[in-house]
Amino acid sequence: MTRYILRRLLQAIPLLFVISLVLFFLMQNMGDPIATMGGRNVTRSADRERLKRQLGLDKPIIVQYLYWLAGNDWAKADLDGDGIAETPGTRRGVLRGDFGLSLVNKKPVTQVIWERLPNTLLLMLTAEAMILIFALLIGIYSALKQYSTFDNIITTITFLFYSMPVFFFALVTMYIFAVNFKKWGLPYLPTVGMFEPTAGKTPLQVAWHMVLPTATLSFGFIAGYSRYIRSAMLEAMGQDYVRTAKAKGLPKPEIVYIHALKNAALPIVTIIALDLPFLLGGAIVTERIFGWPGMGRLFLDHVSRGDTPVVMGILMMIAVAVVIFQLIADILYAWLDPRIRYT
Amino acid sequence: MNRRQVILDLKDLRTRFHIAEGTVYAVNGVSLTLHECETIAIVGESGCGKSVTMLSVMGLIPVPPGEIVSGQAFYRGRDLLALSEAEMEHIRGKELAMVFQDPMTALNPVLTIGRQISEPLRVHLNMDHATAQQRVIELLEQVGIPDPKNRMNDYPHQFSGGMRQRAMLAMALACAPSVLIADEPTTALDVTIQAQIIELVTRLRDALCMAVIWITHDLGVVAGLAERVIVMYAGLVVEEASVDELYDDPRHPYTLALLAALPRIDRRRDRRLKSIPGAPPNLLVMPHGCPFAPRCEFVFDRCRAETPPLLPVAIEHRARCWYDVVNGKPFE
Amino acid sequence: MESIAPPSKGSIANLSPDVLETPPLSLGQLTWRRFRRHKMANFGAIMLILLVLYAFGGAFVFSEAYANKTETGARLQAPSREHPFGTDTVGRDILARTIYGGQISILIGLTAMLVELVIGVTVGAISGFFGGLIDSLLMRITEAVIVIPQIFLLLVMAKYFAASIPNITILGRTFSGSVVVIILVIGVTTWPYLARIVRSQFLSIKENDFILAARATGTSTTEIIFRHILPNSIAPIIVSGTLSVASAITLEAYISFLGLGVRPPTATWGNMLEGAYNYIETAWWLWFFPGALIALIVLSINFVGDGLRDALDPHSRAI
Ligand SMILES: Nc1ncnc2c1ncn2[C@@H]1O[C@H](COP(=O)(O)OP(=O)(O)OP(=O)(O)O)[C@@H](O)[C@H]1O
Ligand SMILES: [Mg+2]
Repeated sequence: MTRYILRRLLQAIPLLFVISLVLFFLMQNMGDPIATMGGRNVTRSADRERLKRQLGLDKPIIVQYLYWLAGNDWAKADLDGDGIAETPGTRRGVLRGDFGLSLVNKKPVTQVIWERLPNTLLLMLTAEAMILIFALLIGIYSALKQYSTFDNIITTITFLFYSMPVFFFALVTMYIFAVNFKKWGLPYLPTVGMFEPTAGKTPLQVAWHMVLPTATLSFGFIAGYSRYIRSAMLEAMGQDYVRTAKAKGLPKPEIVYIHALKNAALPIVTIIALDLPFLLGGAIVTERIFGWPGMGRLFLDHVSRGDTPVVMGILMMIAVAVVIFQLIADILYAWLDPRIRYT
Repeated sequence: MNRRQVILDLKDLRTRFHIAEGTVYAVNGVSLTLHECETIAIVGESGCGKSVTMLSVMGLIPVPPGEIVSGQAFYRGRDLLALSEAEMEHIRGKELAMVFQDPMTALNPVLTIGRQISEPLRVHLNMDHATAQQRVIELLEQVGIPDPKNRMNDYPHQFSGGMRQRAMLAMALACAPSVLIADEPTTALDVTIQAQIIELVTRLRDALCMAVIWITHDLGVVAGLAERVIVMYAGLVVEEASVDELYDDPRHPYTLALLAALPRIDRRRDRRLKSIPGAPPNLLVMPHGCPFAPRCEFVFDRCRAETPPLLPVAIEHRARCWYDVVNGKPFE
Repeated sequence: MESIAPPSKGSIANLSPDVLETPPLSLGQLTWRRFRRHKMANFGAIMLILLVLYAFGGAFVFSEAYANKTETGARLQAPSREHPFGTDTVGRDILARTIYGGQISILIGLTAMLVELVIGVTVGAISGFFGGLIDSLLMRITEAVIVIPQIFLLLVMAKYFAASIPNITILGRTFSGSVVVIILVIGVTTWPYLARIVRSQFLSIKENDFILAARATGTSTTEIIFRHILPNSIAPIIVSGTLSVASAITLEAYISFLGLGVRPPTATWGNMLEGAYNYIETAWWLWFFPGALIALIVLSINFVGDGLRDALDPHSRAI
């Protein structure tokens, strides 16, 4: 097993390398970093030149990538443009945990991300928990009641929700539970931010503000996964081993929740890992609509301002997270399914 | 010989399946009796309703698409088909146990063998974990699994086909049932393993005085195992007799054909196996007349018009045919 | 029949009299028949036709100039007789804009699907057919694209290309250059899933006897690929392509919604939603009509895709 993990990690290195290289090249034209940085006060072309040299933008792109990756504290930069490189660089490079400074606010990228990460994690973990709980409940129940009214209604609703764009769901629920509930004098849900500034950031406030974003982020996945679990449960319930379990005289709950469910739900582990990128994608829209101060909104804000270091930092973190998550899922799957052994 | 008590008495069982193409008339009025400590064999070609008959008795027919239209199955005087699901749970695995055809799929792939064998012990005998473990080891030993202490922690995929079927047997025998239904337990295994399993069941049956219903489509394995044979065709019992009687004096043309198709050592090597001409019956239409008529070499008008009843033809020997194969002419 | 035990379990179904009497159907006919029996798919197909009629037929009722005409005096008007769907923040008629926006959204869906198809099928086919080094190289690239969440990639690429394409004029109509950008960007980020499907199809079909036979008789590689393997893997490609149209329409809506998509004045259902959530309390019609149209078309296409999947499934028993 250790060897398998090591091998997978080794395989991930070239993958991440390729991703970073492609993204870096892609990002070159994203905007004018000088304009992003200096705003109005860098109009003189001499200043521009100096800034460019400071940022290393005068170097060939491959060198820039190298500096990004490994830092430039081992090289000297020619700041005054006299052809002599005399000032040593200060960047330590991504490999040593330095993602550079944000062009917008000059803060270290890691710090900028770090400030937002917990909010996104809170949202995503809650959503993932909701997804699992509801998908399992709905999927198992409608499988056990196949072709019942409940099953038919659920099948239709899941199909509707499965096809519904995230923003439409968000806007409709906002309109109903925030705007109209308020109008009708009912307790209405908040639509913006994490807490009421006047009430402060109490857990209750945050939980209350999370209701709509979590629902928005999870509804599509609940619909998709419950459809999956329903059909997997139906398939498992028709298997010979379930008949054997019945022939043994086991009570129904034991047949359903141990014999059938253990087989039907195993692949969920893999599906969750493979869907992580989609969940992140959902998070970006959700955070934007509900003004949730997470990484998704951070990303949007900085993409639109062409803040390459932050955007690169977020994308690389996501790539690493996705790769590691898939590895964990594979290990977990092997651990749960006795038929699979990695060597 | 049948002064022993009747333990299972099946009366006019009819089971159907409602599927997209129509209704499958799988079992069309099967009656049979089983006595204590007796072994009977149910024989017939694939799809003739052997499994469905016994699954109906066990209450294991999936509903829908299945439907038990009529019939009774008295086990020690109680009609199993009239019991509730909860009552059946106490009978299945405790009084009546079943072993299935394919040991590859009949065991749960994600639970250990030990756990699967201990389940009936837990639910029916309320054994605690330690006692159940001990019993599982004994059972595995009994069915001839070497090193049971360690092997009970294995998963099914770590067992060979023969070992899995032994484990299935251990599971079925866990609560010492009065009736064991073995649904072609050896079909998926190769010949030597097949013989071992048959030998094992015979031994355990004698030790526990268990009644056994052995389902097979191979008349060859029946001889050393069963006392009586029931031949089924298209969801009907077409002949019923003691083993010797059936071999020596078959009365139904279908049984004759089955026996003729059997490879036998006393036959000349080069003689080709005789197969039964014609297609197997179409169960999507309600049988009208004798279901075997289209393939029967003795067929005459009456066969197509009326379904023959199961009538006694000798002592303890009944057949469902309008034609007297012994005298070569129709019955009166 | 050799012995007493014919093995097939399905023999009963095969023998049912009405099946025996029907003449064999071609694959296309069979698919069509199965599709027609799929209730949801029929519903989806009809909805889809209506939506296409709405977007393209509506052009005969309203002119594009009308759809793009701003009227500051008539800002944010609620639905009325004059403007059945209301007006937007600069006073444009939302009904007319959903018609022209629909055209662009459908167009983007279809063309992005074509881009995806070309890349995905090519990569998948090469990977599956040739295997070896080129396969592992292509599969690493595929993986790399999948690892980054698509929306993130889309946003970066949309931003990257945004400035570089000027407006274009086709058939006397001017489109914002960003339409082309969006089409390419969606196509270029969606193909990996299709490539994987095609690759696995190729891998399994490649080993079939009839391919070996074709090779043995000296059939050329291109002919094997285009004559033998591709036609046999067409079913999952069709299904995947259909569903891709829906996902491309959604993706366009996402990036336009987030403000990096198609630029005005060209309308799409997606960019009509941009900033609409700021008016959630005051002007529901701003987001409701375009949003509902997107939800409807995605739903219809998914229904059709589902129906196609079932109809094209060779193992499906339904006749
Ligand atoms: N769940 C089911 N749904 C529909 N039809 C079924 C079902 N189970 C059995 N049948 C049908 O009932 C008939 C009898 O099947 P059964 O399994 O009893 O045959 P069998 O005699 O046991 O054959 P084999 O030797 O192959 O096990 C067959 O035609 C079969 O297709
Ligand atoms: Mg059977």
